Amino acid sequence: MWAGLTGHLSANPLSDLTNETGVWALRFICITLALTPLRRLTGWNAVIRFRRMAGLFAFFYATLHFLTYVIADRFASLDFPDGILAWSTVRNLAKSVGEDIYKRPYITVGFTALMTLVPLAATSTAGMIRRLGGRRWNLLHRLVYVTGVLVVIHYWWLVKSDISRPMAYGVVVALLLGFRIYWSWWRTKPAHAPARATA
Amino acid sequence: MLIKRPADVRSSEITDKKWYLNRRQFIQAAGGTAAATAFGVIGADIGLEAATPAPHGRKLENVKPSAFSVDQKVDKPNRWEEITTYNNYYEFGVDKDSPSMSVGKFNPDPWTVTVSGECNRKAAWHMEDILKGQALEDRIYRHRCVERWSMVIPWVGFPLSDFIKKCEPTSKAKYVKFTTLYDPKQMPGRDSGLRWPYVEGLRMDEAMHPLTILTVGLYGEVLPKQNGAPLRLAVPWKYGFKHVKSIVKIEFVEKEPLNTWQEQASNEYGFYANVNPGVDHPRWSQAQERRIGEFFMRKTMLFNGYGDQVASLYSGMDLRRYY
Repeated sequence: MWAGLTGHLSANPLSDLTNETGVWALRFICITLALTPLRRLTGWNAVIRFRRMAGLFAFFYATLHFLTYVIADRFASLDFPDGILAWSTVRNLAKSVGEDIYKRPYITVGFTALMTLVPLAATSTAGMIRRLGGRRWNLLHRLVYVTGVLVVIHYWWLVKSDISRPMAYGVVVALLLGFRIYWSWWRTKPAHAPARATA
Repeated sequence: MLIKRPADVRSSEITDKKWYLNRRQFIQAAGGTAAATAFGVIGADIGLEAATPAPHGRKLENVKPSAFSVDQKVDKPNRWEEITTYNNYYEFGVDKDSPSMSVGKFNPDPWTVTVSGECNRKAAWHMEDILKGQALEDRIYRHRCVERWSMVIPWVGFPLSDFIKKCEPTSKAKYVKFTTLYDPKQMPGRDSGLRWPYVEGLRMDEAMHPLTILTVGLYGEVLPKQNGAPLRLAVPWKYGFKHVKSIVKIEFVEKEPLNTWQEQASNEYGFYANVNPGVDHPRWSQAQERRIGEFFMRKTMLFNGYGDQVASLYSGMDLRRYY
């Protein structure tokens, strides 16, 4: 994957890196969201073991995406009145990132999406699942539905005129979330209630 | 008295019984089609081909240097590989590397440019006749894209004013409207959201300005296809989207033409599109730019650094309003 990423950089590699890490984060969000429907439809329970890994990959790429933006976009456009290695650099960088998040709606949405992933990554260990309890953990981790929607909006708002890619990911996320609605509706119908409940 | 009340729902609006009975299959089929389309788009995006620089073309003869070229010590020209693989040319695809990979079927020779509108000499010009007796110059210009990247490009061309004079525009000609080729048989880019053909325009005084050139070459050679062969515009104090490529029609008009990007999003792209660090794009700052090949961004200059030559064209104009 990394080879695919680095093997085809254009004349503007920093822009490529920003775009590719972002789109890979979105792809891993989609994969994470696809594993539960896949299990339900195929009965192939083993796939659920990959869900945590896929989710952490999404977090990894999202973090990389954010750091690339901070360095290649914000840091690279700073003035360095006291030289690069100065406290003013840190201050100006923080200000520049903060202002951008505040001012540009697509960045606000993207940053919010990243923030929703932080508690999910932090509670991804077996110990945290135990401490939170399965029920509460499950509820918390539904936050990833929000992440999926936010990331698609972030992508949609940043393209210039060609919306086909954000729309394609939008369809995927909509289908995967739609499946959950359909599934919960279908399961509550008495005829399809899990056998365990009627036993 | 019998008053006939029309049925609330026309029978044509009632879902056909067979669709109603098959509604689940219908939803599944619709979902399936949407998913298949989505995977097609996503799959194509993961493509692994690499961009290929344009092959070198015929050397242009008798090209003279120009005083309008930049100081190459400050603005080092970008490499051929960079200039011919990093292109915004949506007719060939929306990614920067798409044009370099999909111009194979494009044939810019022979070529005809139609001149019409408010001028005495309406005609269809063959490319050879446009170039006949026309002195060519090297014009090394800064090029600033509205997307915040920039290059330094050694164009070969000639003043647009030379050509305009041959067309003898009348006093009614206030603007020049340019239309570029759109031929899906030669241009395989998929739907980009833009309306084609691509249209741009200049005010008459901008078009007559000595910095404004019709470009026919790059690095002393015939202009590569992805850069807008055989004839493109260069207006170095304006954002790149004004620099129309593969021009097929030049019209002299009385009213300001509606250019393609303004039509697409008039809150983001205007008619003038003068490079201006003080007027942000609604989604990003225009104060800086990344020169292709550099890490730290440069400060964007008003009129892309050509203010001494062109600022007078806009004296008294509110550049914030006429962006």
